[in-house]
Parts: sequence; structure tokens; C-alpha cells
Amino acid sequence: MTVLFQQLVNGFSLGATYAVFAIGFTMIFGVLNLLNMAHGAVFMWGAYIGLACVADLGLPLALAVPAAFVFSGLLSVSYEIVIFGPLRKKEAHRWIGLIASLAMARGLVALAQMIFGTHVVRYPTVGLLSGYMEMGGVRVHTLQIVIFGIAVLLMGALAFMLQRTRMGRAIRTVAFSPRVAELAGISVRNTAFATFFLAGALAGVAGVLLGLLFNAVSPFMGETILLKGLTVVILGGLGSVPGAMLGGLLLGVIEVFSVGYVSSAFRDAIGFGLVFVILLIKPSGLFGQTEAARA
Amino acid sequence: MYGIEQKNAIEMAIDEINESRMLGDIRVVGIHMDDGADKAQTVNIFQRLINQDKVQVILGASLATLSFAADPIAQAAGVPVIASSNTAAGITDIGNYIFRTSPPENILFPGVLAYAERKYNIKKAAQLYGIDDQLMKSAYLIHKEALAGAGIEVLLSETFNRGDVDFSAQLTKIKAAGPDVVVLGALAEESANILYQARQLGIGDNVVFLGANAAISTKLFELAGPAANGFLVGASWYAEYPSPKNQAFVAAYVKRYGHKPDVFGAQAYDAAYIVAEAVRRVGRTDDRKAIRDAIAATRDFTGVIGKLSFSATREPIVTPKVLEARGGSFVPAE
Repeated sequence: MTVLFQQLVNGFSLGATYAVFAIGFTMIFGVLNLLNMAHGAVFMWGAYIGLACVADLGLPLALAVPAAFVFSGLLSVSYEIVIFGPLRKKEAHRWIGLIASLAMARGLVALAQMIFGTHVVRYPTVGLLSGYMEMGGVRVHTLQIVIFGIAVLLMGALAFMLQRTRMGRAIRTVAFSPRVAELAGISVRNTAFATFFLAGALAGVAGVLLGLLFNAVSPFMGETILLKGLTVVILGGLGSVPGAMLGGLLLGVIEVFSVGYVSSAFRDAIGFGLVFVILLIKPSGLFGQTEAARA
Repeated sequence: MYGIEQKNAIEMAIDEINESRMLGDIRVVGIHMDDGADKAQTVNIFQRLINQDKVQVILGASLATLSFAADPIAQAAGVPVIASSNTAAGITDIGNYIFRTSPPENILFPGVLAYAERKYNIKKAAQLYGIDDQLMKSAYLIHKEALAGAGIEVLLSETFNRGDVDFSAQLTKIKAAGPDVVVLGALAEESANILYQARQLGIGDNVVFLGANAAISTKLFELAGPAANGFLVGASWYAEYPSPKNQAFVAAYVKRYGHKPDVFGAQAYDAAYIVAEAVRRVGRTDDRKAIRDAIAATRDFTGVIGKLSFSATREPIVTPKVLEARGGSFVPAE
């Protein structure tokens, strides 16, 4: 039992970062119908900005997280300005955006390599967060609780924003139909900016959280999580924010359990395989609507 | 990156050999070429050294993958090669002209295990290694064989992939199995994270962690911090190794280059002297076959890494030094 609960704690910590990352990924998909392959690069830059705040500027973590939030949000908005906006204006096929965002991602990784080097670096130990509780042999670190708290808080704030605010209604209207939105006097361009900002900001925070949790920040950290994020988005249902939250937690737990109870050699094979099985049963994902219903 | 320190050490050795006139009238001339860690370039350089420069011996290449590509050319031409930073299995299997002074994992690890057995009561082990890295996978097999040879039961073997940062699931499983020793087939960055997360999960100091030679890097301490303490690895050499020969080497190197040599530099320095010693015994430089035989006959050569002999398969036989991570650096384990 102890092992089971410890693995659950491990799975939820991992899953929470997947969820925060995937929410932004799925928002851009759900609202703007775009697959943004540079989402992992924002995540990685967020981790480095947070690290620079803590390690180089000596700021507390409570300021590093908002700094990463704002920086990554703006970096993500630059995608809309440089790539997706102009492509939308030219009514280009969305595959072009996918390739262009891959190029953007490569560029940002190369830039990070030049500035920060290719070595793995870590966040300094934060005294307050290094404690832990032990219940019946299961260890839960203060850091894990804080990370989980930040993740839940961000997800809750986003859900509230989408449901209860003007901006949220605008985003949902554009997601429903850009044409209807234009008719209702909603600027698709401004809504796209807002969506990219929120998505990027969340990815940046996810980068800080993952860097803190696993003690590793590197220019390549965005590439692995991009694949996981894609899985979570499909598992949760394309464009579904609650789906990404639940899907993230679920993928974290599935991965940890496949190591814990099957074999570490097949960690990803089992993770992706199970996702496939779930999608066979429910092709639109956990919370997804069918293509027809979304259109 | 690995090459510069070797070039420095070899040039220093050649100058010393020529100044001391240990080879009488024979003067050693070193030709250094940079392959830029590119296989095709290494092959070109080997061809040029053999056919144009007509060298007697080649010291290098710096990376195992380069040696696998270029060494067959030297083998075919009958030019002896001594590598000083290749640790991958199978380098000397390329042929009977291929030697190395860099001991591979299977020579270093048994020494580490023997030390751990003497110091701690070890009966049960767990292994954790990178399954998609050739060097780490071969390290895993070497560790496994050594553990079996010592009669230590391996409770479980866990794996990870390159780029993984979360080892908590594997470590939770290992913790539950309750081994006395955990053997890591992991590079420095991964080893550091594993050590850090293991301590976070409450795997106590009573569990000993043993690592691969490739885990030796200052990076380990930057990433793991105090969690690295007690981590044991094997090496052929360390800068503080107290033999008079080594101390003289380190002092001369620091004086000449302004910084301490690394392990590859030390192994390259010995390689240069092994060649000089072989040439001295042969007494002439126009017979590569005789030089090869003399190198192969090297027994109990006293180098900066200690006594070195070549085995029948041209692998270095050295006494492995067991190093322990302690307070931010590797120190000899006692």
C-alpha cells in the first residue's frame, strides 16, 4: 500500500506539470484550430527565465513564477505576430503554421543553447520548500504540494476566466466560430493575442514547476514535453481545457504506474498504448466533442 | 573537448623525452591534427598520417566512435595505435595493432564493487541504467556480470531513457525492494538527478550507490549537491594520486599550462612514454612490427596512473582507484 500511495504522489506531481503545459496547448488548438509546435520552446524559456530570476537576480520564487508567466506569455504572443497572424490573413493551410512553428521552436532552442549552454542546470534549493511530510512511509514534499497547489490554482483561475469574464466569452465565441465572433463584433485578432498569451504564460509556469520538481533545466526539455502534451491534448479531447487537466494527471499516473507495476523499459510504450486503448473506446477523448459537434 | 588535454600532455611528454635523450639520437616528432570529432575527417587524418607523414605510431583518436571508423585503416597498414580516452567495449578488438591506456568499465567496476563489499555488508542489489545509450547499456551488462561474480543477488533492474528527468517511479520501486546497493549505468547529469531524487524519496545513507566511470564530472556536484556524498566510482587516475611520478607530472603540467591535467591527459602522457619505452627497447624507428611487439610486451610500466601492463587483448591492466564523492569533489575512498 505504501508503494501504491507513493507512486500516486509521484504520478500526480508529474501529471500536474503535464496538465499545466497541455492546457495552453489545447486552448490554442480549441480556439484557433492551430497545432503550435513551438509550445515546448516557451515552456523551456519559462524555465530559464524563472531560473535567471532566482539564481542570477536573487529574487524569491514567488516573483520568479510571475516573471516566467509574463515573459512566456509575451514570447507566445510573438508567435501569433510572426507566424500565425500573417498566415491567417493569407488564409494559408494550417499545416504551414505547423511547419513554421517547428522552425520557430528550433530557433528558440538554438538561441537557448547559445545563451545558456547545452548542460543541464538546476534551481538552487529553496529552504522553505525542501521539507516534507511522511505519513505511513509515504513521503510528500512541501514542493510537491506547492506545485500541485499552483497548478490547481492556475487551472481554476483559467476555468473562471473562460466561463465568467468578457474575455473568456470572447475566447469561447471565437472557438465556436470565428465568423460568428466577427459578426458579434469580437476581434479575432485580439482574442488570438489573449489566447496565445494565456497559453504561453501557463507553459512558462509549467517549465518553472518541472525545473523545480525534477532538478533539471536544459534547452531540450521542451521537446519531450511537447510529445507528452500532444498526447494529453488528444487524450483529454482536442480543445477541451478540463480534458487537458484530467488528461495530464492521468498520463502522469499511467506513466508512473507502468514503471511501478509493469516495466520501466516500456514506460512510454505503455503510456501511449493505454492512451490508444482509451481513444479506441472514446475516439473524441475524455471530454472532447466530435469534429461535427465542434464545427 | 577531450582532445586538448591529451595534446598538451603528449607534447609535454615528447619534449621531456627529447630533452632527456632517453632514446639516444632518436628524436620524437609529434604531429597533432584536429578531427573536429568528425568521422570522415578522422579517417582522412589517419590516411594522411600513415601515407604522407609516415608516422610510426598514432595516439588517438579522442572519441570511441571515431576510433571505430579510423582504426581499421591503421590496422590494415600495420601502424600501432594507442587511444587514451576511448572506454567503449570492443576498441582493441579492431585488431592486434590497437591498444589503449584508458581502462574500460569492465576493468574499473570490479574494483569499486570489491571496495564496497569490504566496507559495507552487501547482499542485495538494484540496477538502474539508460537503456538507449550504448555506453550505458554495456556498462549495465558489465555491472550485472560483476555482481553475479560476487554472488550478490540483483533484486531488480530498472531503466530510463535519455532526457528523462523523473526517476521517482523507478526509485520508489527500488526503495520498496530494499537493496543494500544501487548500481547506476548513467552519465553524470542523470546520476546526479537519480542521487538527488533517491534521497528525496527517503532512500537512506545505508543504501550505497555505485556509478559508472562516465559519471565522473564536476557537473555531478552542481546538480546533486550534498546528495552526491558517498557515491562511489572507479577511475584509473586522479590528480592527487600520491605517487612521486604523478605529483611531478601534475606540477609540471600546471607550470606549463596553468591548470591541472584531466584523466585523459594523464592516460595520454603514459601512452607517449609507453611508445618511447618500446622504441628504446627496439632501438630503431623503421620497423613498425617490432615497435608493435614491444608495445604489446609492456609489463609493469610505471606511469602517472600507476603500474600498467597490456593484456593479451591489448587492454590496460591497471589498479583501479576507487573514488568517493565527498563535499563537492571526488576523493580517494578509504
